[in-house]
Amino acid sequence: MLKIENLKVEVTDEPDKVILDDLNLNIPEGEVHVLFGPNGSGKSTLLQTIMGFPAYRVLEGSILFRGEDITNKSITERAKLGLGISMQRPPNIPGLKLQKLAEFLVNQRRETTAEIGYIAKKLEMREFLSRDLNVHFSGGEIKRSELLQLLLQAPKFILLDEPESGVDIQALKLIGEMTNVLLGTSPRQPTYPWDKSRGGLVITHTGHILDYIHVDRGHVMCHGHIGCSGTPSRLLDDIRNLGYPECAKCHRFTSKDLSLKIT
Amino acid sequence: MDPKNSFKQKAKEARDKKAIYGDDIDLTKYSNPQPHIHKEIDDLSDLKSHKNLKILRKSGFSENDSRVSGSYLQYDFDTICHKNNDSGVEVLPIDVALEEYSDWIQDYWWKNIAIDTDKFTANTELNMTRGYFIRAKAGAKITYPLQSCLFISRNFGAQNVHNIVIAEEKSDIHIITGCATSAKAGLHIGVSEFYVKEGAALTFTMVHNWAENFYVRPRTVTTVAAGGKFNSNYIALEPVKSLQLFPTTILKEDATARYNSILYGHPNTIMDVGGKVILEGNGARAEVLSRAVSAGGKIIARGILDGKASGIKAHLACDGLILAESGIIHAVPELIADRPDLEMSHEASIGKIGEDQLNYLMARGMTEEEATDAIVRGFLSIDITGLRPEIAAELEKMTTLPKGY
Ligand SMILES: Nc1ncnc2c1ncn2[C@@H]1O[C@H](COP(=O)(O)OP(=O)(O)OP(=O)(O)O)[C@@H](O)[C@H]1O
Ligand SMILES: [Mg+2]
Repeated sequence: MLKIENLKVEVTDEPDKVILDDLNLNIPEGEVHVLFGPNGSGKSTLLQTIMGFPAYRVLEGSILFRGEDITNKSITERAKLGLGISMQRPPNIPGLKLQKLAEFLVNQRRETTAEIGYIAKKLEMREFLSRDLNVHFSGGEIKRSELLQLLLQAPKFILLDEPESGVDIQALKLIGEMTNVLLGTSPRQPTYPWDKSRGGLVITHTGHILDYIHVDRGHVMCHGHIGCSGTPSRLLDDIRNLGYPECAKCHRFTSKDLSLKIT
Repeated sequence: MDPKNSFKQKAKEARDKKAIYGDDIDLTKYSNPQPHIHKEIDDLSDLKSHKNLKILRKSGFSENDSRVSGSYLQYDFDTICHKNNDSGVEVLPIDVALEEYSDWIQDYWWKNIAIDTDKFTANTELNMTRGYFIRAKAGAKITYPLQSCLFISRNFGAQNVHNIVIAEEKSDIHIITGCATSAKAGLHIGVSEFYVKEGAALTFTMVHNWAENFYVRPRTVTTVAAGGKFNSNYIALEPVKSLQLFPTTILKEDATARYNSILYGHPNTIMDVGGKVILEGNGARAEVLSRAVSAGGKIIARGILDGKASGIKAHLACDGLILAESGIIHAVPELIADRPDLEMSHEASIGKIGEDQLNYLMARGMTEEEATDAIVRGFLSIDITGLRPEIAAELEKMTTLPKGY
């Protein structure tokens, strides 16, 4: 579904600042993968590069989405092809009501606005519809608002950047369950276009979201490179028990220099 | 000397006096309208088949009589409709009011504004083409807004109107006035003297829908007596050649003023818009807000707060957004104070649309144009105070941006 080959990425405004290097990732149709990695390792950069954000420039390699090379496509084109992202730090848009954006999203899918109320209610976000987008939203509210938007956008492949960080325990359950709906791994929401072919890439530090969603595979990122891939729960255990520095020493870990390919 | 003659004399002396702000205009290029050209209408619903209905609506003028407290519609020189639906309010063509109230109206005639302010005020005295008189009676709370529209229908036609609005003690009224045209070139001068009496509230919403070759020079001064409230909303989103206005408000004790301006500068447009609030009375408050978007035009956003008494609080804010390389926004905020026991502040910001904002919306599937439109619209949507919900909804429609910027 998503295939990334030999990707090398620099910061557009700071040429020579390479953040991702020799990055390979293959997510088969309908699979959801999880991405671990220490702060600053390049996880958010990868998600934004997949979405096509111009802050990052692809120097080498390619990104294929459902067989189509999207490396040079605009953000809009990628969104229209079915990619969607939840941002770690989305910008404020004063004066633009969440409701207005929600209407755009359902219109885009030729759905009725009834869906907005339904999903907003589920996410306990109804009173936020009349608020300016992201303005003075708390950390947890941002997460729910991003989720609301994605549920209305209904992308085929979903990029989630720490969907549960900063979320209280009660809200975690809500976010977890609705993320499950979003990823199409739950058939329990009759009005939602449930789609088994949906895929995703989810960044998490704590792994809490994994209690609610099914993920097929995990990857560990270090220094802009995917060093290790495997069963998500095992990877998480190793990271918890050994920490990232030890993790990187593991025999399974590949670095660019050693160029070992172990899965 | 008869005061009328002294007015004319003063006006003649000032007929070539250049205005402080804005480029000079050769008034001889425009012809003053003759009376009795346009037929009066009996009923607002007659407008349903009117060829300019769309333009009127867009300027806030409705053909639905049941939602307004009164109407005044002037085409070129002719008042084609004036009526009140509420006994608490009075709407008349200004010349009728001058005659009917000749015993007291001189207290409001050229009292806020000096005739010799500039050539535009002088010219209005010399070649007045009517205008309206609106009065809310003492204590009257007018539920529905009162609507007016001043329309120019002839190419290179002029309008030099003189308006008087009086909100008597403890009255409460909202006036929506549109200025619009079906012509391409013309000149509009409007002298407006507003009097907000003790404890009264006047909300005045002005929508300007001119055209590419229009020159516009309103001259407005408002006095707000003790405890009075004046909300002034100004919306100019359509093309215009040159627009210059600098409404001034004088606040007495505990009076408040709030200005909101929403400006969209198309290419080849100069908008020199601002306002001055003189806080004369103790405890007076003022807030002057403007949002300006330049899609290639030049916008000068002025604001002066002049604090002259104690316990004053006033704030001036101007935000500008430049969409095109050729766009210019010049924010000129000024604070004047000659005593320590008051509080005045200003802030101004000018920038372009944030790339992160654009990217965010594009990731939701919007094209760059759609994202720009959504951000600009959001930027221009100031929370306008004092608007009843139905007008706010109308206004939201009005702030729908013209296409093709
Ligand atoms: N636009 C940018 N300009 C300069 N440096 C950047 C930019 N974007 C990312 N970086 C740098 O690249 C590195 C990777 O950043 P990124 O945000 O991708 O990390 P991350 O893995 O998501 O970290 P975290 O877990 O803290 O969210 C960091 O060192 C960061 O400072
Ligand atoms: Mg990150």
